[in-house]
Amino acid sequence: MTHPYIPNAVPAVRRAMLDEIGATSVEEFYADIPESIRLHRPLNLPAPLRSEAELVRHMDELLSLNTGTDQALSFLGSGCYRHHVPAVVDEVVNRSEFLTAYAGEPYEDHGRFQALWEYQSMMAELLDVDVVNVPVYDGFQAAGTALRMAGRITGRRRLVVATALDADKLSRIRDYVRPDHEVTVVPVDRESGGADLAAVREALAAGDTAAVYAESPSALGLVDENLPALADLAHGAGALYVVGCNPLTLGVLAPPSSYGADIACGDIQPLGIHQSYGGGNAGFIATRDEPHLVAEFPSRLFGLVPTQVEGEYGFGDVAYERTSFARREEGKEWVGTAAALHGIGAGVYLALMGPRGMREIGETILALTAYARRRLAHVPGVEVPFGDAPHFADFTIRYTGSRTADEVRALLKERGVFGGVPTGITAPAGTGKAAFDPREAAFCVTEVHTKADIDRLATTLEEIVK
Amino acid sequence: MTDHHAPAPGPVTAQDARIAPKPPLRRFRQASWDEKLVFELGGPGERGVLVPAPDPSIEVPEIPAALRRTAPPALPELSQQQVLRHYLRLSQENLGADLNIDVGQGTCTMKYSPKVNDRFVRDPRVAALHPLQDEDTVQGVLRVLHELERLLAEISGMDRVSLQPAAGSAAIYANVSMIRAYFADRGELEQRDEVITTLFSHPSNAACAKTAGFKVITLHPDADGYPDIGALKAAVGPRTAALLITNPEDTGIYNPRIEEFVRIVHAAGGLCAYDQANANGILGITRARDAGFDLCHFNLHKTFSTPHACGGPAAGACAVTEELAPYLPHPTVESDGERLFLDHDRPRSVGKMRPFHGVVPNLVRAYAWIRSLGAEGLRAAAETAVLNNNYLLHKVRRIPGVSVPYAEGRPRVEQVRYSWQKLYEDTGVHSEDIGLRAADFGTHYWTSHHPYVVPEPMTLEPTESYSRADLDEYAAILAEVAREAYEDPETVRTAPHRSTVHRVRPEALDDPGTWAVSWRAYRRKILGESP
Repeated sequence: MTHPYIPNAVPAVRRAMLDEIGATSVEEFYADIPESIRLHRPLNLPAPLRSEAELVRHMDELLSLNTGTDQALSFLGSGCYRHHVPAVVDEVVNRSEFLTAYAGEPYEDHGRFQALWEYQSMMAELLDVDVVNVPVYDGFQAAGTALRMAGRITGRRRLVVATALDADKLSRIRDYVRPDHEVTVVPVDRESGGADLAAVREALAAGDTAAVYAESPSALGLVDENLPALADLAHGAGALYVVGCNPLTLGVLAPPSSYGADIACGDIQPLGIHQSYGGGNAGFIATRDEPHLVAEFPSRLFGLVPTQVEGEYGFGDVAYERTSFARREEGKEWVGTAAALHGIGAGVYLALMGPRGMREIGETILALTAYARRRLAHVPGVEVPFGDAPHFADFTIRYTGSRTADEVRALLKERGVFGGVPTGITAPAGTGKAAFDPREAAFCVTEVHTKADIDRLATTLEEIVK
Repeated sequence: MTDHHAPAPGPVTAQDARIAPKPPLRRFRQASWDEKLVFELGGPGERGVLVPAPDPSIEVPEIPAALRRTAPPALPELSQQQVLRHYLRLSQENLGADLNIDVGQGTCTMKYSPKVNDRFVRDPRVAALHPLQDEDTVQGVLRVLHELERLLAEISGMDRVSLQPAAGSAAIYANVSMIRAYFADRGELEQRDEVITTLFSHPSNAACAKTAGFKVITLHPDADGYPDIGALKAAVGPRTAALLITNPEDTGIYNPRIEEFVRIVHAAGGLCAYDQANANGILGITRARDAGFDLCHFNLHKTFSTPHACGGPAAGACAVTEELAPYLPHPTVESDGERLFLDHDRPRSVGKMRPFHGVVPNLVRAYAWIRSLGAEGLRAAAETAVLNNNYLLHKVRRIPGVSVPYAEGRPRVEQVRYSWQKLYEDTGVHSEDIGLRAADFGTHYWTSHHPYVVPEPMTLEPTESYSRADLDEYAAILAEVAREAYEDPETVRTAPHRSTVHRVRPEALDDPGTWAVSWRAYRRKILGESP
């Protein structure tokens, strides 16, 4: 069968190549595959859509069954965010040269080395540290690795989670650290939504703690004023302080290093990566430039070096012997294909935004989130917890009427409004509930929303919530 | 303006207008813009993009002082076109697979990523979907995931598939995690704490098993380059949790005793997981299930054509038997006959392997690729990849200085690990040097993973995507560089000469006093500036 993707399947070409090799058929090349494990029938797959036109038609039929957040008013967040993606970001990440390259050397692939090193450098400015890695898969992986790094550095077993954490993320972290660590989730204070410092102190009293883990903002969207105090508690117990943060907050919020974090980590999806049904993630890990910290990174760290020619920038891998590429199972965890192109895209995003853009987007989102919380608090049948605590993008509300969060969510959807996911679906661990509260719902606003959008949400809720 | 159309002194003959034929090897020069770092561009006050301000009636709330950013981040300040131009220049200094004959990244399966599939993932009906939308509003993408699972189940022979792992190594880790959960459920985890792999399986098999808490036993190849079955028999026992193995291995050699390997491990009570990173030559020929495996994984960015994206985002898929299905990451996509839904209620699941449902854009691309080829097309892809590999092998093995270690006289499947050892002994030129000199001809290659068991390695995997003329050109480049190594070794040793930059001086990269992972670190450590 010939196909535009398979040039040498043309029978005459195939015959000529076989003749040149001196083989009678392709079957000769499979001589080492025993008959007993051969598939003696064609794969049972649907008939091919051989022409591009047929394929496009089929895919269009499938995609028409989707309604994107661009065709509704979406207040969905909880780990995947709808932000504006600048056109220049799309232009760069869709370039063939970047999209289709892989793992070339820092000569013919100089461009990707420089773009990723610049990404590391801009993230380092944002995070106010000297070392940021080439992206890992996602924020979950970054947190798991950051905690294992803390474990290797301290040689200790326990990990203490001090702020509300997404249940899926906790699931990933638990699975990932299982061989070496046990995770203790300290319930947050139910009034403030923030860390319960007394309870954290108590958890640390048991000793053997490798790290205290906190998030800014937490899974409740809350920016916890106890974040600096947790650093003192962690360090007082001889543990490292690991902080997961949303990098988009850092034009307005202090970088974790400034209040004592030894390792910062998180997901860069908010930095110009499309939502893609939750498929657009990349994780960062950041530390001070100290050899004992750098030595524990599993990921690639690109470094800037001279070349043989004066004035040329060259790049290479810093401390490559750390990695499983160099030392298989003796390396730190593992390294492999992860999410480099998202790093390049996030770099473009930061270069476009600059310091003022990052401050302004942070202010806009803080302001709109505060407005949304105030506005919804005026809806009869809606309670907004945690008082005036600053929130960024995500926030939760509670329905006091007869309808559950899932019922309200479904009614909102019928009115073209996406949002109000019951927190039970991504139940933040550490919220101190034995079972999730069926009347609690999560919303999210970003810079793409206007005051009118939020007012529409409020008036729609007024119709629904009894 | 100078006049380029000045009349010639006499009549122009056809001979004068004739353009000489192209030389056998292209006179390539890579773009070299001598581009500054982004931090050296732009100036204070420049903006690349503006941000909407909130309605003036809405105030920015007060942030407690300890959590407020005091000094703005020292990000560059550039106008929009400056940003675009900077990154487009960098892109031109990068040799994507769409531009070069990218057969040199063996094990990576650099096949053509069809452009039409990129259209689907840029469509807002994929790109603008949120993973927590009501299932009724995402039936199309759920259909893609559900169908892709069925396609990969048939291709592997397995019963259930998870599309959640972010990449190949993440899929290996997910498989190891399922193996761990399976033995924990049976109360055997304490006892079964060893995983066996082979030296020519990807290093992530060893590294993921270690990360998941297992001891790793690595089987070395026998004298013919096959995994040593005697070593396997000596290694298995009551402590064996699993065998993690690639086949064909990264040498391109297919292990014909694979069923026996699986039987030996099963007899000892262990599970067998098949790393199908090298599946491209055997699609529709043989399947993981047919050889008795319990689990396998595919790299969708290799075998199923999604682009490699400078090193990800990729996508992985784990396929398992019914017995292991309860341990799959959640949620799974299920059908109630009328509509598709996400099943989060899987109590024995290993949990989440990444946020939400996987690297969806690449799942869409992989689905579209399989649907465009069908069963016959997949088999044609496999057979052509193998034909191309053996054709290139036939040409490359004739180049002076090259050898093809192991399995003398046996064919290779979809890739070959060659050795330049003889050329090195004759000339002092290393394999790395030859790969870098190849960059002067518009291509490149990769040596092998460490350790270099095959001395002076070079791993080529031509896939089904390259034409005969492409393969001829690639072989001719290698032959030319080998000739240079014998006749003018200095040219090869100091290459590249026509690439974006010249040889780096890497010494600073391993010294904590001089490595510079960021611009601020470089300024502090190398330029002596204080922040």
